[in-house]
Amino acid sequence: MALYHNEDQAMLADTARQFMGEEGTIGKQLRHWRDKSCKDGFGHALWKQFAELGFTGILVSEADGGLGMGHVEAGIVLEEIGRNLTPSPFLTSSVMAATAIGAGNDELRGRYLPGLLAGDSVFAVAIDEGPKHRPERIATRAERAGNGFKLTGAKAFVVHGGSADMLVVAARTAGADDDQAGVTLFAVPKDAAGLSQDAVRLVDSSMATHVKLDGVLVDADAVIGEVDAGRDLLNRVLNAGRVGAAAESVGVAGGAFDMTTTYLKQRKQFGQLIGEFQALQHRASHLYSELEIARAAVIKAQQLLDAGSEKAELMVSVAKAKAGKAASLAVKEGVQMHGGIGMTDEYDIGLYMKRDRALAEFMGDMYYHAERVAQLSGY
Amino acid sequence: MSDLDAFRGEIRAWLEENCPAEMREPARSDDDICWGGRKFQFKSAAQKQWMERCAAKGYTVPDWPKAYGGAGLNAAEAKIWREEMNRIGARPPLSSFGIWMLGPALLKFGTEEQKVHYLGQIARGEIRWCQGYSEPGSGSDLVSLQTYGEDKGDHWVVNGQKIWTSYANKADWIFCLVRTDKTNKYQGISFLLFDMESPGVSTKPILLISGNSPFCETFFDNVTVPKHQIVGDLNRGWDVAKYLLGHEREMISGAGGNDRLNTIGAYAKRNGLEDPLLRAELAMFDVDALAFSAMGEKFLDEIKVGKAHPAQPNMMKYAGTELNKRRHELLMATGGSAALEWDSEASGGGSKARTWLRTKANSIEGGTSEVMLNVISKRILDLPGA
Repeated sequence: MALYHNEDQAMLADTARQFMGEEGTIGKQLRHWRDKSCKDGFGHALWKQFAELGFTGILVSEADGGLGMGHVEAGIVLEEIGRNLTPSPFLTSSVMAATAIGAGNDELRGRYLPGLLAGDSVFAVAIDEGPKHRPERIATRAERAGNGFKLTGAKAFVVHGGSADMLVVAARTAGADDDQAGVTLFAVPKDAAGLSQDAVRLVDSSMATHVKLDGVLVDADAVIGEVDAGRDLLNRVLNAGRVGAAAESVGVAGGAFDMTTTYLKQRKQFGQLIGEFQALQHRASHLYSELEIARAAVIKAQQLLDAGSEKAELMVSVAKAKAGKAASLAVKEGVQMHGGIGMTDEYDIGLYMKRDRALAEFMGDMYYHAERVAQLSGY
Repeated sequence: MSDLDAFRGEIRAWLEENCPAEMREPARSDDDICWGGRKFQFKSAAQKQWMERCAAKGYTVPDWPKAYGGAGLNAAEAKIWREEMNRIGARPPLSSFGIWMLGPALLKFGTEEQKVHYLGQIARGEIRWCQGYSEPGSGSDLVSLQTYGEDKGDHWVVNGQKIWTSYANKADWIFCLVRTDKTNKYQGISFLLFDMESPGVSTKPILLISGNSPFCETFFDNVTVPKHQIVGDLNRGWDVAKYLLGHEREMISGAGGNDRLNTIGAYAKRNGLEDPLLRAELAMFDVDALAFSAMGEKFLDEIKVGKAHPAQPNMMKYAGTELNKRRHELLMATGGSAALEWDSEASGGGSKARTWLRTKANSIEGGTSEVMLNVISKRILDLPGA
């Protein structure tokens, strides 16, 4: 398969770019909700519009009423989300939770997918239990109780947890905290007794929660997939989130880069445009090169995931690490090249820096994924 | 089964049958590569067999038209060819500046007669070419070149000096930038082809820091070049050269290379990898290297259908060469003192150290990294005054 968008994908990209460029802008969304101190950190009206365009069901099978597309297509939407810093539950709901629910039985899919497709529901994914991404270690326990399970433990920094109608929770039904096996995924409704959440606002104005599971009782039908054998599904959910976050990072980087090169062509100092200075030209060109490479790594990973290739695992980590590196460079150079105004809240470049920082942590930063590349390569 | 699946099956079967086992591992050094040409001595029967079998099918230049010695593969088929070659770790049957550089220029600018004649020779490995571009006073500022071809009616008489001519002492013919109009800087250069055995041509190898001499100084003293040996129009050689530089940059970038070579961490582990900071650097390098392999694949896919930015080879050259220098720095670090051995048999005649030193030229030859960044600034980013 060629590593560029086919005609249908290019059309989707046009649609997504136009839509996000009109409705998902920094002014209409990010700043608007931030300045209102919105408890969700995003707008539900925009989420409904996502649904009208079919975006909410992009990874949902056609049989279940979705578009039945793949990670390349989800990534197209995410890149535009990144470029516009559009706050949206798309990545957690339509990419990660949808991947989990899609593996569930008819009843579970019937319970949750219609709400997602309609843009009425928001989902979150509760995996990590500390400030760093460490999905290998799952201490939250789920013990059999009556007809179902009782969940006990805590989850940290659950993005959109407070807005979610349902949380996909990874819990341990057997074995020790660091075991591969013995993991099960549960669909836990927001109003389940014993579930409590403390909200925290993050540097990028997004909202996350610290989740406490204090003997939360769920029925057996809350299980997604197989009991004790949820690690593979969890990995699929993680890979979907990682490659999705990488695509969003490429969008963030692209947005910051475009703002910065535009600025280099407008700002004058010492009687000339600052873009005429070779010191800045070379840094901008290096950044361009890094961004192009990150973009290539991301589409390669997306295609491998969609093809179910065994090489996908490695390439997803390459993509997340490389996109993180490139985006981090893009926002740092962006602020520096903007000079003093880059430090002001009025200019958008700083918002890119904040979003990049949050995305970098989400689903593992470049160090985590470089480590994973080393392990998967056998060293 | 689609046509492409069937094609993949055919290629796989052909490679299984025809690629000798010794040719399924990377060449150990420049010396181990099949370059072809009148003076070339095959290093093994397998090397000769592999080149000849491929040449007979057009697989030395799979995407050139059949009429010019290629196999006439389209973009999708050529990609399958590369993938199947990579799958078994097959080395290229023939490597040459004719394939990488002159060929693409002739395909675009050559006359039908030139294509049939020169491309066929290249495809069959009969003639080895070298490139006469740089001059002592014209490195990055290539267009200031002074080698002059005086018009003598049906031929030119060429005088001047080239430098950094790769393998000039081993090559049969040269493609050469020659000034044919002293009054016009850019539109006063012609792209000429001539035999290195022509009277008046002499070469002198340059000893490099690697202890090897892959480059020469090349002297032209009243060399006669018939008028039909020009590619493109008179005084428009710069157009050909610019086009060809794109291919040279692509080649030096390593795009489309064998991706098995890209994970050096695994290699390092076999040599004992005890330093956690070195391991971390290797991991960060491997992220960049694997991402760049994807970039190489994307770039080739895009170039085939005209989606790549025309100046994108400059980005590839910049990123690929900087990456390669980093790779060899890390290989030296993982090798430790053993990588310092200069002439022992165990070290393959110091191949690690010599290759490491050789890679320092990557970001100089074919346009320095700084020139690449200038070109990206101007042609891709459209920055002012670039």
